[in-house]
Parts: sequence; structure tokens; C-alpha cells
Amino acid sequence: MSENLRILVVEADPAKVRDIVDALNAAGWSDVKALGQISALDRTVREFAPDIVLIDLANPDRDTLEHISYVTQTEKRAVALFVDQTDDNLTKAALNAGVSAYVVDGLTMHRIKPVLETAIARFQIMRQMQSELDAAKQALEDRKTIDRAKGILMRQRGLSEDDAYNLLRKTAMSQGRKVIDVAHALVTAADLLS
Amino acid sequence: MTGTVLHCGYVPLVDCAPLVIAKELGFAAEEGLALNLVRQPSWSALRDMLTLGHLDAAQMLSPMPVAMSIGLGGLNAQIDALMVLSVNGTVFGVSQSLASQIGDVSFGDAKGLLTKIAQVNDKPLRVGVPFHYSMHRLLLSYWTSTAPKLIIEEVTVPPPRMADAVADGFVDAFWVGEPWGSVAVQRGVARLMMSGGDVWQFAPEKVLAARRDWIEANSDTARKLMRAVYQAAQWLDAKKNKPLAVEILGRSEHLSLSPDLIDPALTGHIAPSADENPMQVDRFVQFHKHAASFPWRSQAAWIAHQLGADAADVEKAKTCFRSDLYRQNLVGIGADMPGASQKIEGSLRFETAVASSRGHMILAPDAFFDGRTFDFSAEKG
Repeated sequence: MSENLRILVVEADPAKVRDIVDALNAAGWSDVKALGQISALDRTVREFAPDIVLIDLANPDRDTLEHISYVTQTEKRAVALFVDQTDDNLTKAALNAGVSAYVVDGLTMHRIKPVLETAIARFQIMRQMQSELDAAKQALEDRKTIDRAKGILMRQRGLSEDDAYNLLRKTAMSQGRKVIDVAHALVTAADLLS
Repeated sequence: MTGTVLHCGYVPLVDCAPLVIAKELGFAAEEGLALNLVRQPSWSALRDMLTLGHLDAAQMLSPMPVAMSIGLGGLNAQIDALMVLSVNGTVFGVSQSLASQIGDVSFGDAKGLLTKIAQVNDKPLRVGVPFHYSMHRLLLSYWTSTAPKLIIEEVTVPPPRMADAVADGFVDAFWVGEPWGSVAVQRGVARLMMSGGDVWQFAPEKVLAARRDWIEANSDTARKLMRAVYQAAQWLDAKKNKPLAVEILGRSEHLSLSPDLIDPALTGHIAPSADENPMQVDRFVQFHKHAASFPWRSQAAWIAHQLGADAADVEKAKTCFRSDLYRQNLVGIGADMPGASQKIEGSLRFETAVASSRGHMILAPDAFFDGRTFDFSAEKG
């Protein structure tokens, strides 16, 4: 993974922060910011816009981070958790549970790179699945709108279903717009007039 | 310890009492359970550990299983509430500077307080809450939605840091579970204005939660746990037991706090500020009486409704408050069962006798501050 990720480390202990930042730098990630004061978390997440946030599982500020993530759309951001002891079962279970939380034995410096890379890769797969799901949902919505528009044309102009669709398509082509946009306009107009 | 080992997560707050008492006074052991209480650093961590199977059961904020049932708030897992662990038990407090702006409003006057706050506040009000999916936050939203001009900025603050947050001016007000309101008062940094019960008189606050698949695979252990916790809650509601409960909870392995910080919640003697005498708040926190531990389907429905769920999701949410298991597992130890598993939330203005299996159940008032009622029974099917 060669892309340069922006990483935010939330940790109050300066010595721990130094270790983590060193390990991240050594692993090739240079765009790293550390935050000790939780009161600045909201602003920092918005301004720094990290790709990944690292926080200790035992850190009580986790709830605050999670709340900020809802507000700033977590789905665009991975939250990686690190625990002090290695626990492979936990890591595996967390990975399988998906979403954006990953448990990492991040303080074992020689392992921080592979573990983070795995976490990020998993996160990207999840994100892609999410966007595919969103696209599928959108397609379904579009289909419904086009069906409604066809219905309106069939009723109002006495067209067959195929002719109604062709009319929509021809109108879209002549205006340089998408069929869905024309259908949308028609449905909106019909709603206004009804 | 002998018996079936059960790992149960909790967050050190006064209302974890039923779990601590179940362990310390041997209610769990009598059921053949070796109850291992595992303290959790945050609600998110607790939720993850329960979801990932590192905990068998856990104390949870009542909206957490509901939110997860309808696909909100983190990991996808079906978590059920076996029973309600506590009703009420939270306080709303303001910073000293906001308190002096507000002036004289009597403790518990939810309507008057809201009017005053809306009058004196021309900028967004920053309010600290412990977690997004908490009863604190839902009550805050419900209460302030009646003052549309007042803009609320919700800030998540871990409860042990609430006093610091209000002292530093990081938040103007907070909604928190005891003992953390009393801690802020003792430090002289805040004034308590009302209890959660002043907005909703009978709000399910914490629940005993477990994964649905775990409950199915361990029905016997789940029953033992419910019986132990039920008996602990019963013990806790007896007035004569309060001093011992305060002493046990304060111990270093549990809350690790001085008894005078735990006493207010358990006795309902709440001091609004450092220089005022404590006042008696009825049912400040309720563990057992008035069917407090019964997980009403309608409570889950109200929570889901507040979270913006549609009718289908409200129905789904109802199934995660397991009144069926409560009936099945606790009838053997003499628990009185209400005739129905849903009620019209907000409809009881007084203590009211209702039909029950033993014929003498008295429900406590459950009215909302604005008098609204919520009937979710029509949404069946």
C-alpha cells in the first residue's frame, strides 16, 4: 500500500505517542498527527480529515470519537483500535464483524505496518461494498421513478409502455439529459399539478 | 468461585448496582453462577466486546440494543435486553455561569427551566452526554424539541470527566448518570436543575443485554443470570439495605468512590448545589418496585421511535426487549407479571393498580413532562 494515508493518533501519553508515530513513520506513513487533548478532537477530525484514526481500546474517549464519526460520516474513515496484548481471536472476530472498527496489536512496532495494512484493506473492501450497495439502491429508486413517469405518459397520452419509454428517451436525448432526470421532472410536475 | 463462569461487562456507575450486588451478596452463586464482572472503559468498547463474544452479557444503555436492532450504532449484531436493570437515575445540570443567568427555577420544573434557558441563551447550548445512543441524549432531544429556537450542540463526554468539562467551559450543561452529577456539585462547578424523571417519569435507563445467539445457546445460564439479578434488584429496593449497598458499591474494586457520592442516588437525596440542602426525589433510581425490571415492548418502541425508526423498525425493535424470556425465566421465583407486555407510554399520571399474575401490581407514574402519550400497540402487523 503505497498511498500516503493521513493518520490521526488519539493518545494522551506523550511517550506512547512518540513510539507510535515513530513506528508509523518507519512504516512509510509520514502524514501523521497526534492528539492528546480530546477537547480538540471534533475540530481536528474536521480539519485534518484523517483516513484512519488510531485509538487505544481502553481509552474512554472512544465514545467521543465514535460520536464525532457519526457526525462526520465514519463510512469515509477507518477507526483502528489497538490493544496492548496480542489477541488473535479478538482481531479476527473484529475483522469479521466488519464495519470500521479494527483491533490491532499496534504497539508491537514490527507488526504495526502489516496489521494496519490489513485493517485498511479490509476497510476499503467494506467501503466498496457499501458504495456498490448504495448504487444498487439508487438504481432501484431510479427504476421506480421511470416506471411512474411511464405510467403518467401512458395514462395522459394513451401510449403503450414501450412508446412511453421511447418518448422519455427521445426527450432526454434531444435535451442532452439523462432519462432519469426527465422522468424525475415529469413526476415532480405531475405531483405539483395533481 | 464455583459454577458456570459468566463474563459480564459493566461501566462503573451507581446503577450497575444490581450486578455488583448479585455477585457480592451471593445471589449469583446461589444460582450456580460464577459471575465475573469485567469493567469497561467506554460504552463502545463494551458493545464491541459483547458483540465479539468476549463478554457473555453486559449492562447497557437501554437505547443501545434498540439502535443495533435497527441497524444503527456500529457493529451488526442482534443484541437483546433480557431485563431492565434500572429505571431513571440521571440528572441534568448546568455550569455556574448558566445557573446565574437562569436565576430562580425550582428543581424539577422541566417546562419552566426550558423556557428560561431558551430566553437567556442566544448561542447554541453545548450539552455533555455520555453516549450518543443513551437515554440521556434521547430525553435531552425530546425535552428540547419543544423549544425549536434553542439550538443544542451534543457533546459526548466520558462521565468521569463531566465535572472537568463543565468547569473548563467545554460544555454549558450536561446530562449524566450518578454519581457524576453529585461529583460536579461537590466540586462546586455545577448546579443540578432536574432529574431524568422530570422529563419522563419512568424511563428505562440500563438493561441487562446479551447476544441473541448466545441466549439461545445458553438458555439455562441466561435464566440463572436473570434470576440472580432479579433478586439483587429486589434486595436493593429495600430501604434497610441501602447503607450496605452504598458501602459495597464504593469499594475500590467497583466504583472506588466515597460513600457520600453514592448515597444521593440510592437514597434519592439529591443536593442541587454545594450550598443547598438535599431534596427528596421520589423514585430517583428504581431497580425492582413497580415492575421496574420488566422489559416492556413499548419501551423499546418508544426508544426506536425517538431514533427515527419507521413502523416496521419499531416492530423489529420491540422484539429485542425480551418480555417473553422475563416471563418464562422469572415466574419460578415469584416475580409478579403484568397482564400485558406493552403499555401506553406516558399515560400513567399516578400510581395505578393493574392486572397481574399475582393480582397486586402497582405501576408507577410514567408521564412525560409535556403530557404526550405513545401508543405503539396499533402498529402490530
